Amino acid sequence: MIPASFDYVRAESVDEAIGLLSEHGDDAKLLAGGHSLLPLMKLRLAQPAMLIDIGHLRELSYVKEEKGYVCVGALTRHHDLANSLVARASAPVLAHVAGQIGDPQVRHRGTIGGSIAHGDPASDLPAALLALGGSLVVQGPNGIREIDANDFFLSFFEVALTPEEVLIEVRVPRSEGQWGFEKLTKRAMDWAIVGALAVRTSNGVGVALINMGPVPMHARAVEAALASGANASDAAQHAAEGTEPSADFNGSVAYRRHVAKVLVGRALKTAGV
Amino acid sequence: MKVAMTVNGTLESHDVEARTLLVDYLRNVVGLTGTNIGCDTTSCGACTVLLNGQSVKSCTVLAAQAAGDDITTIEGLALEDGRLNPVQQAFQECHGLQCGYCTPGMVMAITSLLTENPHPTEEDVRVGLEGNLCRCTGYHNIVASALAASGVVEMHQ
Ligand SMILES: Cc1cc2nc3c(=O)[nH]c(=O)nc-3n(C[C@H](O)[C@H](O)[C@H](O)COP(=O)(O)OP(=O)(O)OC[C@H]3O[C@@H](n4cnc5c(N)ncnc54)[C@H](O)[C@@H]3O)c2cc1C
Ligand code: FES
Ligand code: FES
Repeated sequence: MIPASFDYVRAESVDEAIGLLSEHGDDAKLLAGGHSLLPLMKLRLAQPAMLIDIGHLRELSYVKEEKGYVCVGALTRHHDLANSLVARASAPVLAHVAGQIGDPQVRHRGTIGGSIAHGDPASDLPAALLALGGSLVVQGPNGIREIDANDFFLSFFEVALTPEEVLIEVRVPRSEGQWGFEKLTKRAMDWAIVGALAVRTSNGVGVALINMGPVPMHARAVEAALASGANASDAAQHAAEGTEPSADFNGSVAYRRHVAKVLVGRALKTAGV
Repeated sequence: MKVAMTVNGTLESHDVEARTLLVDYLRNVVGLTGTNIGCDTTSCGACTVLLNGQSVKSCTVLAAQAAGDDITTIEGLALEDGRLNPVQQAFQECHGLQCGYCTPGMVMAITSLLTENPHPTEEDVRVGLEGNLCRCTGYHNIVASALAASGVVEMHQ
């Protein structure tokens, strides 16, 4: 399968990428690792007229700790995040989740920025970002702004970036607390049919769900139940509340709602809740 | 557009369409047909090559993305005198292939795996090969080949 024709430009800086996005508008798309975009283009589900390749911006590939936050450059590949000593020490759940994405080949190419900007509810890293209470640093023609992760995922494959903006950094509060991550797949390398992540933070227990609706989401009812003193197994019974999973060949809506409760229960247990 | 990259140590430079996939570039433009296309949907790993030493699925990389990079394909593994490299040798000695279709991708994936983790456990190998399918389902001997090549277990003759 071959994508439809397009023009390819390699951006040498974030400013150049923003300039090209501003100039070409909706016709242009950023290309990071290409592991979400290229499969869509091969199936002709996406046909951008221009690809702006930011995959070689090495200055956006880093993991560092700053003022109590772990800051990950948007072009950091999943493999590098999974093996980062900073991430493993100061946000081990983030490193672990990155190491569970796809397979080694996918992790050598895919980036955290692409995973988050794509807005796929079946992606793993957005769940970690939500559960940890992180934020996104984005740069556009008018400068840099920071967006709370809770305000970032708008609807199915739609995020709070304007067409000229580039996601440059992902931030999560330093978090060494216990956590549990559960991902149900049929084949090892696949996206989660349903996934759940629980992490103990300084603000209580963050719980997020994967593939349980149009956007990556908190399990708000579970978080609320825990905050008001419920034990883990009682709280997990609320996992499907407020979710809108879809049905596909991997499972019905009822199946996903059931699995969400089971996985949240397991994740909470691993997190020592 | 002009795309130049190093393939198995040789600088290649060709005019291609921007939409050319790396696997098609390697097979049809450079003429190295050892890299196979299986699923064409990033699932099977048959098209695995090394990009700057790391395994990637070349059906999901544009040739243009790899411009300036260093690519190794199955043709680039054998030693200069023609002897097989240790992973290829292990596949021969452990019967790591049946029809051979998945083999180039398996060998490249294992080469990458052993570079990152020179002494893997059997579990490490099985997990590390999650992106490679063998439709002859000869996984047992493929895993044995990887372990043999790593020097962790004695080679089964
Ligand atoms: C076989 C396979 C299995 C996979 N399994 C999983 C899995 O188990 N879990 C999981 O979470 N993911 C999985 N993925 C997806 C993978 O993690 C992708 O790498 C990721 O979703 C996208 O990252 P990318 O860098 O490849 O982005 P790209 O494909 O390059 O881009 C994706 C989208 O984001 C935009 N974009 C990219 N970077 C930026 C930026 N910095 N600023 C603004 N917009 C940007 C692009 O324009 C595009 O619209 C899998 C992919 C494959 C092919
Ligand atoms: S042909 Fe590339 S992964 Fe199957
Ligand atoms: S040996 Fe036939 S597909 Fe693996």
